[in-house]
Amino acid sequence: MPTPGTDEREVWPLWEVFVRASRGLGHVHVGSLHAPDAELALRNARDLYTRRGEGVSIWVVPADAITTSDPGSKGAFFESPAGKNYRHATYYTASEGVPHL
Amino acid sequence: MSELDPHGDVTVEQVRLSAELAGAEGRAASADVAEYALWLGDDALVLAQQLSAWIARAPELEEDVALANIALDLLGHARSLLRYAGTWDGRTEDDLAYWRDEPDFRSAWVFEQPNGDFAHTIARQLVASVYLYELYTALQASTDATLAAVAAKAVREVEYHRDHAVQWTLRLAGGTDESRERMVRAVGDVWPYADELFRDEPLIDRLPGVAVRPSSLRPDFDAVIGAVFAEAELEAPGEFVAAGGGRSGRHFPTLGYLLAEMQVLARQHPGATW
Repeated sequence: MPTPGTDEREVWPLWEVFVRASRGLGHVHVGSLHAPDAELALRNARDLYTRRGEGVSIWVVPADAITTSDPGSKGAFFESPAGKNYRHATYYTASEGVPHL
Repeated sequence: MSELDPHGDVTVEQVRLSAELAGAEGRAASADVAEYALWLGDDALVLAQQLSAWIARAPELEEDVALANIALDLLGHARSLLRYAGTWDGRTEDDLAYWRDEPDFRSAWVFEQPNGDFAHTIARQLVASVYLYELYTALQASTDATLAAVAAKAVREVEYHRDHAVQWTLRLAGGTDESRERMVRAVGDVWPYADELFRDEPLIDRLPGVAVRPSSLRPDFDAVIGAVFAEAELEAPGEFVAAGGGRSGRHFPTLGYLLAEMQVLARQHPGATW
């Protein structure tokens, strides 16, 4: 049996994994993995990221399908709203019993 | 483990490994029940050792982890079952795993089949996990409380092993020409060893209500395999049935090599600890 992975054509596509820790929380990116298709990506994600009871739900997304912001234009893209208090909704009070707002 | 930080370091002391074993209430097995526990425990132990050989050698890192997880689940089943078997004559799980010779093992031949290529391992996993799922499902109703507890814990894990094997069978059979050719060859090589799992040895007649009658598992096994094979467009080869004999201590030649590797450390350094 030849050593697997020595041929670049054998490499599986990359998937990004999102795990929801409990009901009421959003899915959070936890890492990435390789898998030949979506169904096996879910199973690999289960083995790699939820073996200690971290999650109640998993999403897997093909890495190609994610469009990322440009790290080089961070300054303009994420320009701080500091000094623009009129933009902040700080005058409302949060309702009780909504822990994750 | 719920009180532990799931992302922190976990030490052996914290986990209290022995307390995690199913059926740890200190009941002692009779000679016949101990023999039956050896059958099931040796099947799990041998398969766990075989699958562990894939670690760092599987087709992808992710598959390393998947096979290692399955191997660890099986090792857990083996520990519970061997410990229970040892309650009959005062031996520990380690005594049974490391200090028995080949004729004293009770594993069936299908578990002793070599890893081969990935398709062979998947074909063996398919037979093993479909059988074990049916076995542990039925064993949950055993009148032996320890065996029933082990089965209840194992059945959910084995259900996932079955899913893993089915998913890979479908993909290899329906993949490239080469993967299909390898899967067909692997099924042909492994299939003759499945029959032994469903033979009613005399021991079974002495354990009504305790042991699961192997022949009673065959219809459900055939139905599940039939459905998978229909979807994968595979056929179960029928003619050749291997002799078997694992339950009587007659083994496939691979077992001796496997035991030599598994037992060498414990035998060269008796009492060694981590």
